[in-house]
Amino acid sequence: MSGIEIASLVAGLLGVGATAWLSGRAARIVGALCLAALVFGLTRALLGLAGAGGLAAGLCALAVWRFPGLVLRRVAFAVPSLVLLIYATTLLMYKAPGNPFAGERAATPAVEQALRAHYGVPESATEFFAIYLRRLVMEGSLGPSIKVQGRTVEELLLPALPVSMALGLLALTLACALGIGLGVLAGLRPNSAVDHGSMALALIGISLPNFVIGAVLLIVFALGLGWLPVAGWGGYPHVVLPAVTLALPYAAYIARLARSGTLEVMQEDFIRTARAKGLSEPAVVLRHALKGALLPVVSFLGPAAAGILTGSFVVEVLFGVPGMGQWFVKGAINRDYSVVLGTAIVYFTLVTAFNLFVDLAYAWLDPRVRDAEAR
Amino acid sequence: MSAPAANGWVRLRRNRAALAGAAVLAAITGLCFVAPLLFGLDPHTTDPAARHLGPSGAHWFGTDALGRDYLSRCLVGGRTSLLVGLAATVTSVLVGVVWGAVAGYSGGRVDEVMMRFVDFFYGIPYMFLVILIMLLFSETARGEPLPVFLALGLVQWLTMARIVRGQVLTLREREFVQAAIVSGAGPVHIIVRHILPNVVNVVVVYATLTVPAVIILESFLSFLGLGVKLSWGQLVAEGVAVVNPIQSYWWLLFWPSLLLGATLLCLNFLGDGLRDALDPRTRT
Amino acid sequence: MNRDDALLEIDDLHTHFVGEGEPVRAVDGVSLRVARGAITGLVGESGSGKSVLSLSVLGLVPPPTGRIVSGRIRLGGRDLTSLSQKELRHVRGNRVAMIFQDPMTSLNPYLRIEEQLGEVARLHLGLSRAAARDRAVEMLDRVGIPDPAQRIRAHPHELSGGMRQRAMIAMALLCEPELLIADEPTTALDVTIQAQILELLAGLRDERGMSILLITHDLAVVSAVCENVYVMYAGRILEQGPTREVFKTPAHPYTLALLRSVPRVDRRAGVASGSHLLKSIEGLPPRLDAGPFQACRFAPRCDLVRDACTRAEPTLELREGRGRRCVAEPDELR
Repeated sequence: MSGIEIASLVAGLLGVGATAWLSGRAARIVGALCLAALVFGLTRALLGLAGAGGLAAGLCALAVWRFPGLVLRRVAFAVPSLVLLIYATTLLMYKAPGNPFAGERAATPAVEQALRAHYGVPESATEFFAIYLRRLVMEGSLGPSIKVQGRTVEELLLPALPVSMALGLLALTLACALGIGLGVLAGLRPNSAVDHGSMALALIGISLPNFVIGAVLLIVFALGLGWLPVAGWGGYPHVVLPAVTLALPYAAYIARLARSGTLEVMQEDFIRTARAKGLSEPAVVLRHALKGALLPVVSFLGPAAAGILTGSFVVEVLFGVPGMGQWFVKGAINRDYSVVLGTAIVYFTLVTAFNLFVDLAYAWLDPRVRDAEAR
Repeated sequence: MSAPAANGWVRLRRNRAALAGAAVLAAITGLCFVAPLLFGLDPHTTDPAARHLGPSGAHWFGTDALGRDYLSRCLVGGRTSLLVGLAATVTSVLVGVVWGAVAGYSGGRVDEVMMRFVDFFYGIPYMFLVILIMLLFSETARGEPLPVFLALGLVQWLTMARIVRGQVLTLREREFVQAAIVSGAGPVHIIVRHILPNVVNVVVVYATLTVPAVIILESFLSFLGLGVKLSWGQLVAEGVAVVNPIQSYWWLLFWPSLLLGATLLCLNFLGDGLRDALDPRTRT
Repeated sequence: MNRDDALLEIDDLHTHFVGEGEPVRAVDGVSLRVARGAITGLVGESGSGKSVLSLSVLGLVPPPTGRIVSGRIRLGGRDLTSLSQKELRHVRGNRVAMIFQDPMTSLNPYLRIEEQLGEVARLHLGLSRAAARDRAVEMLDRVGIPDPAQRIRAHPHELSGGMRQRAMIAMALLCEPELLIADEPTTALDVTIQAQILELLAGLRDERGMSILLITHDLAVVSAVCENVYVMYAGRILEQGPTREVFKTPAHPYTLALLRSVPRVDRRAGVASGSHLLKSIEGLPPRLDAGPFQACRFAPRCDLVRDACTRAEPTLELREGRGRRCVAEPDELR
């Protein structure tokens, strides 16, 4: 790697780390500016230069004044991180052996130069990065796909995004419902049949790769019983197997967390107070214990969502679901830089947004955290 | 050993599930490393005449698409999976412990910057990182264990760093550390002599729980065509790939899944048992 | 004390924790009376069983190991030990209320004060949300919390220690209970706040005729507000009687030893005359899981121990409103 590249990487890392040093006021300002840049890039295509610019400026002012500190600080961290991610990913792809233009047919240097110019893929990673970033912010575009002729990355990913999101959200919901239900029950009756049974199931759920569980479900329900379709995407039945497959390992983790959270909360003094007030056992659990018991589950939701996105790569391939995972894998193997970057950006944004949402939920649930964050 | 840790080992010995898990794990490990040598098993010789045979006296686990003895492949593949799991975990422990200890002990700005670094990587789905790192290696190099366990270890250290940092932060405020600081001991000395021994417990627990996570990640890579040439993950992925309504080669999926699942189950039992025994926070 | 004006009567209560092997005899034959309109003190060191005793009244001893093995608990003539859980729930928070030692952990940190107080009124008095809230605000005001309409929206961590304890007391008073059990209500508080809370409790007795069972390890608290005191040790009552008399002329070596170990500003060390030094009690309380006691529980640590003490446990002698469980003559305790 050249000196410039290494220096840029280090500078980027330090920059991202340095966002931790910003004082409250500075963090708000930086966060608002970043938010404005994001909005500008997103609406540029729709509203034109002046429109997007005005909107961004207005939003910036509003954000500095009114938005919660937690959100702004997170944005102040996320945007530089995204830029760093784009740069690092670009570097990684450039360093990998092979390049997009060394196809089956031997290309002469002149042809390759022409292709490079056409797609905006220069020899140096840093130049590519500059071109890419400029296009991203100024035009709000993710660029043309190098391998799929005549299509931009947006055109490729846009139909795939709702698919992946639907699958992911459904899986997450299933995992929560199943995991919390079983886990809380187990925690309320420790060492009972329910407890041992559900924890045994949970252990099995995390002891096998999800595609194995998926394959077994496939064999039983699709090939064997014929209740559900084997692969593809198109209606409610198609969603069931992939979503369940994705959800099961996370349901298992969540069940374990919910169980230990419940056990801990039930030992607390305020549970004794609730009983001393004459509340019935269901009221004690639902009204007093649940909030505290589920806090560890809520903290886990962030990593769980990231994990579900990861696992979805495999599940989408297994069940032939036309989601974003397959675009990333295809792009990585074919060295379609724009597609890879496009999926990276989308994933990163999704995970960051989700983590932010989870942190806000946590603050809402635990008022002590809320006050600490507000300062 | 500090008193709570000593009690911990006693407690662990009483946990029958964990002990059973350890025993089965030892048995499987022994099988994978020793049995092929002992019985002259051969996972590589192909035999076109013996393709896709079910389990029989000659081939206990059947044969695969190229006529290779499946029992040998499962056992030798186990070596790879176990080694990769171990190597990646060791990598993640080394990097994670150092990172977390330095961050936790330094506190203040250094800590914040270091943890931001960790947060940055956390925002990226790890398969993503792993795949990209894997691509750094050429096609031929990719089937080897080294790139895989490097990639996996480089991703798993993040969790370990977070956990170690948390522990160190708590420990730093404890009296015995304050006393050492006041008596003039330097930071390296304090970290090594006072803090790390108390962090060992937590590290052991989570390391034991990291191994199964790594093995599963490796199987994901195999499924996507990026894994090690011969491992449980690879075999399981091949077994899944041949699932079709017409011909069932169930043994291709069944045996490696059984071995893989059993190993991971044991590791999880052991990890749970260790956690109940050693991690002070989970004591009721 | 006249049997007729006792609100709470505990007769020979045994509460054990049952496990493998010998049960832990936390309460090993205790009889106690709380008079109407009076504050009765129950004093003892940690592990004496006083908290378990208080939890037994409301059937809150933690299952599955904790159980009331024998004995009777009567509230205004009604036998609480024979009630089902459902019936007991009507009593809890309603006729008998309980407040605990540490208001920070005893109040739910995730819920607003409004929620925690309101639910008691809605449950037992059938009030609507709004009516329950109003009643709660009123009660917060009565216990001396300033600006109660605002404060009620707060979470426990937003209040100071003293205010949290007042809020707990308000929560206990919402349904106008006949009996208030206060388990170490001042232990977790600063001294000045302690005084305020005790004043509040005394006020409840004087103005509303509330009966209070006050459990504490702090003799100063007992002498400040309690008419009667029971001294508990290792699951048994060793001495009982009117506070003033018991503290002036203790009739049990344990009580004497306790009094001697309390520092006082206005005297040379030691409350009881005749000693210049603070005297701590040597040794440790006995184990409660070694089977029934065949001797006096305090004998190993007693200065006045003699043969009779180790042969059989002394019975409780009741005379002139005072009780003592000791074979030594009262004159010997100087």
